[in-house]
Amino acid sequence: MNVEVTPLPGIGTRQDFMIRADRRIGVITYRDGKFELIVSKTDDPDACMASIPLTPAEAGTLAGLLGAPQLVAHLANQHSEVTGIDTKQFPIVPGSHFDGRELGDTQLRTRTGASIVAVVRAGTVHPSPRPDFVFAGGDLVVVVGTSDGLSSSAEILGGG
Amino acid sequence: MHTTAIALIQLGAVFFGLGLLGRVAWKIGISPIPLYLIGGLAFGHGGLVPLDGIEEFTHIASEIGVVLLLLLLGLEYSASELVTGLKRSWMAGLLDIVLNATPGAVAGLLLGWGPVGALAMAGVTYISSSGIIAKVLGDLGRLGNRETPVVLSVLVFEDLAMALYLPILTAVLAGVSFLGGLSAVGISLAAITVVLVIALKYGRYVSAIVDSPDAEVFLLKVLGSALLVAGIASQLQVSAAVGAFLLGIAISGSTAENATRMLEPLRDLFAAMFFVVFGLNTNPSSIPPVLGVAVALAVVTTLTKVATGWWAAKRQGIAKMGRARAGAALVARGEFSIVIAGLTVASGAVDEKLAALATAYVLLMAVFGPVTARIVEPVVGFVRKRRGLRTATA
Repeated sequence: MNVEVTPLPGIGTRQDFMIRADRRIGVITYRDGKFELIVSKTDDPDACMASIPLTPAEAGTLAGLLGAPQLVAHLANQHSEVTGIDTKQFPIVPGSHFDGRELGDTQLRTRTGASIVAVVRAGTVHPSPRPDFVFAGGDLVVVVGTSDGLSSSAEILGGG
Repeated sequence: MHTTAIALIQLGAVFFGLGLLGRVAWKIGISPIPLYLIGGLAFGHGGLVPLDGIEEFTHIASEIGVVLLLLLLGLEYSASELVTGLKRSWMAGLLDIVLNATPGAVAGLLLGWGPVGALAMAGVTYISSSGIIAKVLGDLGRLGNRETPVVLSVLVFEDLAMALYLPILTAVLAGVSFLGGLSAVGISLAAITVVLVIALKYGRYVSAIVDSPDAEVFLLKVLGSALLVAGIASQLQVSAAVGAFLLGIAISGSTAENATRMLEPLRDLFAAMFFVVFGLNTNPSSIPPVLGVAVALAVVTTLTKVATGWWAAKRQGIAKMGRARAGAALVARGEFSIVIAGLTVASGAVDEKLAALATAYVLLMAVFGPVTARIVEPVVGFVRKRRGLRTATA
């Protein structure tokens, strides 16, 4: 992908690229660390139809949302030889039961047989999290297990 | 009443009034600068509130306002941004000077203010307001647009041009000969080169002198060094504003960002005072006679700025709508035109009518600039539609 990096003197940097749908999408990084997600107009690719301000945490969450499916696809690929094993991702909804609680509290392995192999937070992957890992709202939990195990995991992580 | 009490009440009334004006300005989407100027015209001489007790304070506050305006202009761009900007946009920059300084210079000559007045008016009509433009581009969500780097690099070039222009203007205003003027050019070129080299190679040392992890210490050090440099520059007849500006360029990196963040509210406060004092010292009755000239200049220099932006954007392969947006964005003039007029009038070398003309001109352009930037898309769209209809019916 050909990402164009354009300095914006006095403001920051614009990084963008053309996508196949004939739009320019990208990010403006301000000097003070703010981000803005930009999407160009369809009829005028020079102009932007939206520039959405994001805090660093929000930008990280968005990056996680976009990046996590790839991780899950990668893991699913690895486990494809083992029949009956699947990989899924579940969000920790802010304010829900496990927001702010330790991973060990879920007792997921004991209750469902499925294991948490990674947590994606703010765009970064935390592989093999330990039982004392504390969840936060917006985390994406990547779980490997049987399809039964995964559906009970969804119930546990969703509501506790 | 006690004199301190009167002074506090007067100052409070001025600041509170300016606050209300600023709120109105941003609400209707224009820069508050013209309203501050009008506020200044309304106060004082024959105005609503006589400001007798606080004249000394307002005078020094407005001087600090100029120092801070120029210091933050210098801080705005890092030395490397200035150098790359110069490399990339020098042709557009030169066109900008030719197209936009000429109308002012011609007006100055026609009004009989001589070469000095022409030089000052050239600066007034040339320099765009980077403050207004950055704010308008941000408000309109155009920072991600392709033409925006073009607009910004023209502003960077103007920034460097100011570093050359201000020392020359100061020297000429002080009444030096032609040769003296040439040596002022030489000195200012040398000073800018030295400052740029220092900023590029040893910027961290300059930054280290003023830097401090403690916000309070940092503020005092930055403000102190700016006033010291400005004062010394003023003593050396180089103008306080130029000294502060060069210091701003020399401070770089994260120190510059922190300094900008910290000084912005102070600049807004003192710059508001500067505009008010400039308005105060301008007699409102001197404006109507120059209003015609101001309107003519406003029309001509709107077109010339649009042409500059159009041409610069075209060179970067931007489509017509983007070119029109780039041109319209550059139209606003503001704080620096008033700084130039302020320096000129304070020296007493040029007719006082220049202040009236500059006031009227900036009143028009600071309102008209953001409006132009806002309405350019519908206007171009409408013109295109009309043309489309005409070709369709023909």
